[in-house]
Amino acid sequence: MCTMIVSQVAIEGSGKGTAGWFPVRRAAVSYDHPFHAPLEHALNIDFTDPARGPGARVAVELTAQAARDLAATILAVLAEAERGGFLEAAE
Amino acid sequence: MYQTNAYEGMLAETVSVPGARGDMINAYLARPLGPGPFPAVVLIHHMPGWDEWYREATRKFAHHGYAALSPNLYYRAGHGTPEDVAAQVRAAGGVPDEQVLGDLAGSLGYLRALPYVNGRVAVFGTCSGGRHAYLAACRVPGFAAAIDCWGGRVVMTPAELTPQQPQAPLDFTADLACPLLGLFGEEDRGPTPEQVAVHEQALKQHGKTYEFHMYPAAGHGFFYHDRPAYRQGPAVDGWAKIFAFLQKHLGA
Repeated sequence: MCTMIVSQVAIEGSGKGTAGWFPVRRAAVSYDHPFHAPLEHALNIDFTDPARGPGARVAVELTAQAARDLAATILAVLAEAERGGFLEAAE
Repeated sequence: MYQTNAYEGMLAETVSVPGARGDMINAYLARPLGPGPFPAVVLIHHMPGWDEWYREATRKFAHHGYAALSPNLYYRAGHGTPEDVAAQVRAAGGVPDEQVLGDLAGSLGYLRALPYVNGRVAVFGTCSGGRHAYLAACRVPGFAAAIDCWGGRVVMTPAELTPQQPQAPLDFTADLACPLLGLFGEEDRGPTPEQVAVHEQALKQHGKTYEFHMYPAAGHGFFYHDRPAYRQGPAVDGWAKIFAFLQKHLGA
């Protein structure tokens, strides 16, 4: 089914789409039908810049376990960077 | 079934049709060649968007003798590949039900005004489009038949209501104004067989004309030959049931 489970967050960074690099301003995280992954539902993340239209999108479609592993890994890497004093001052 | 010595031709193209609030939206139209008059079908695309499968399905209805129109319900999200546009709509929580109903009313009116359409128009949809098909059959006057293929969220708990979907389609069952065909899979998690049973009970309670078919060993989206959910047996049988249902209620 269409779960309509989605949450959006404002982000800053860059993503590489079909037309090259562009600034990413929003991430939409959903657990719903994927377009490509061979699953009925997937954890989908769309990195976009809404100002540039629908085509400014970098997408991933993950299994639930892969998404959990990714989230934990992101947090672990950031924690290590923070311990090392590497995080940018603005953060 | 067509005969091998029969002439057949088809015109398929994108057109502009009226939508909600007087907006013009684009749509894909496929129709048999000839003066008709043909019965017609409005196809409501699924959550993954106004995609190639829906263009194929639109032409399939035309091959079977129907003027078929698939409006782009995501028109207002901008343009790009169907996936990119659908992802934008997914991020926004889907399109509002009221807007969809306005778009479908516009498509119904567009088809009825065509000189080669006989005025009898069915509505068909899969996934979120199945839900919309049921909603339209209840709330948009004029459809002669409705086909709901595995439409989830017809039965909704209060916690599942959203700004885009503020009321459960089930609540409008008393207003269902045409015969309904429903195709479902036992392995589907939305709608579950239990939710389909709730829906069927409401149809019985209100004395509606309907036929529901629940396929074992099939889940959500078993018509989609481009997805792992495809199930050959239920898909072939389901299409046969669709065309028998349309023949019965619209003719062709």
